[in-house]
Amino acid sequence: MNALLADINAAYALFLREIKVYFREKERIISIMVSPLLFLFVVGRGLSGHSPVPGYNYQQFIFPGILCMVILFTSITYGLYIIWDKRLDFLKEVLVAPISRSTLFVGKALGGMVGGTMEAAILLLIGACIILPLGPAKIAGALVLAMLFSFLLVSIGLGIGARMNSMEGFGLVMSFLTWPMFFFGGALFDLTQAGRWLRLAAYLDPFTYCVDLMRWVLLGWSVLPAGMDLAAVLLSCAATAAWGIVSFGGLQQTR
Amino acid sequence: MNGAPAAIETAGLTKRFGGLTAVDGIDLSIGEGEVFALLGPNGAGKTTFISMLCTLVKPSSGTARVAGHDIVSEGLAVRQNIGIVFQEPSVDDLLSGRENLYLHSMLYGVPHREIGGRIEKMLATVGLSERGDDRVRTYSGGMRRRLEIARGLIHEPRILFLDEPTLGLDPASRQAVWGYVREMRQRAGTTIILTTHYMEEADSLSERVAIIDRGRIVELGTPDELKRRVGGDVVLLKGDIGPEAFAGLDFVKEAVREDGSLRLTVADAPRHLKALIDLCPVIEEVQVRRVTLDDVFLKFTGRLMRDEEGGGDSIFQRIAVAKNTR
Repeated sequence: MNALLADINAAYALFLREIKVYFREKERIISIMVSPLLFLFVVGRGLSGHSPVPGYNYQQFIFPGILCMVILFTSITYGLYIIWDKRLDFLKEVLVAPISRSTLFVGKALGGMVGGTMEAAILLLIGACIILPLGPAKIAGALVLAMLFSFLLVSIGLGIGARMNSMEGFGLVMSFLTWPMFFFGGALFDLTQAGRWLRLAAYLDPFTYCVDLMRWVLLGWSVLPAGMDLAAVLLSCAATAAWGIVSFGGLQQTR
Repeated sequence: MNGAPAAIETAGLTKRFGGLTAVDGIDLSIGEGEVFALLGPNGAGKTTFISMLCTLVKPSSGTARVAGHDIVSEGLAVRQNIGIVFQEPSVDDLLSGRENLYLHSMLYGVPHREIGGRIEKMLATVGLSERGDDRVRTYSGGMRRRLEIARGLIHEPRILFLDEPTLGLDPASRQAVWGYVREMRQRAGTTIILTTHYMEEADSLSERVAIIDRGRIVELGTPDELKRRVGGDVVLLKGDIGPEAFAGLDFVKEAVREDGSLRLTVADAPRHLKALIDLCPVIEEVQVRRVTLDDVFLKFTGRLMRDEEGGGDSIFQRIAVAKNTR
């Protein structure tokens, strides 16, 4: 068996493991949906904010952003789970396997992608039923984006997780990275109306481009040209994946 | 060993965790096909040493080659040649036993059409065929360990590391594990490195034993050599007899009176026991104690090896001859 085939096989095995585990942890699938639904129905309905998109109300306006939020939270959490794996010894088995760290990274990232995409699919279904009308084309487009965004965000989570040794860091990442990424990403507001500093922060946040692109697909409205959003997302994907692989290279078992 | 290519070669291998030196400059050479035991109490540095050889932990200084590959610069090549059974079960809780073995086989590049057959064979070997489809979460500690061992063996590695393979196992399972280890060694010529703090495990399985204490190897040799270095077996004679009776016997190394009985240090006691007894006019009791690796450990580290759980089974052998008169 040549080396490439062995790598593909190994990555597939890792991916398979993640999928099996994902579908067996039903509590996780449900619990991760709670905060997005709160945002959709409490903030979306209760706040009765202003929608800059003609023909759509505020709840419909934030829906693409909340969809991205589900992916963000699922993916980062999944990525950070590797800290837990390191401590629980499950990872050891994989770390001593004759596969390169980049194969390990790819297998993990692909597995995480399934989780993020599944959550997005569930929310899309809910959204299509009670929030805004969505045709098959829009749903398909949203799912493709969900896969791409998942990969980007899982890579960030895995990269950080590989470098962290304690689960206490988990909360820190959530407070100092995940929530700011979400809020600055413009999921809940119109970037064009935001102040200069807020806008600057938004443009530095890769999540902004995800939200904008998703809005373009679902509502046909975006702040930046869709091509530019896509380019930014792809570039971020490449950068975070490269960074993640480097982080995995230094991966060691923790005591 | 002599002339054979070394499966493992370390030079000054050291690992420090902050101020603690877990492994302190170990130089070791283990031959191809050898069964080698690292014997020492908990915290002696055995697991850290093995973790470095498996590329799980980077050494602070020193080098090592496993199957001819450097553990730092050629980690992947090292991992292609090894299998490991961890001390703490690392089987995946959320998967079934079969799935664990299947994913492992794929990760280790076992040819696809062989995977199914090997899984069934390994499950049968470790007695888990019936439970193969149940989640590992529902397994007992002993079952997990057996699954872990099946997993370590399924890809038929050239070098197998066993980190406390029988810790916490019941005697029957322990015997079974020893059986697999011997079989691997015989059938495939696998080099086996095991850590243990059970004396009899090192004694019965391995060709050479390194006694490791506080990160250093304090003594190295075959189990018999190590025992010889301690002296010999101990024979306690109770009866009307003095030490002078044994003067001139070359196999009696030492004879001292010890509260009412005579304590002899004898080389190869089983062989010379009859000669000893024949010399005694009246014997009330004879006790023979073979030298154990416990004695070896005590001699070279100055401490007893204590096992927190269950005290380890000692290989105390006692023969009592009641009222043996000429």
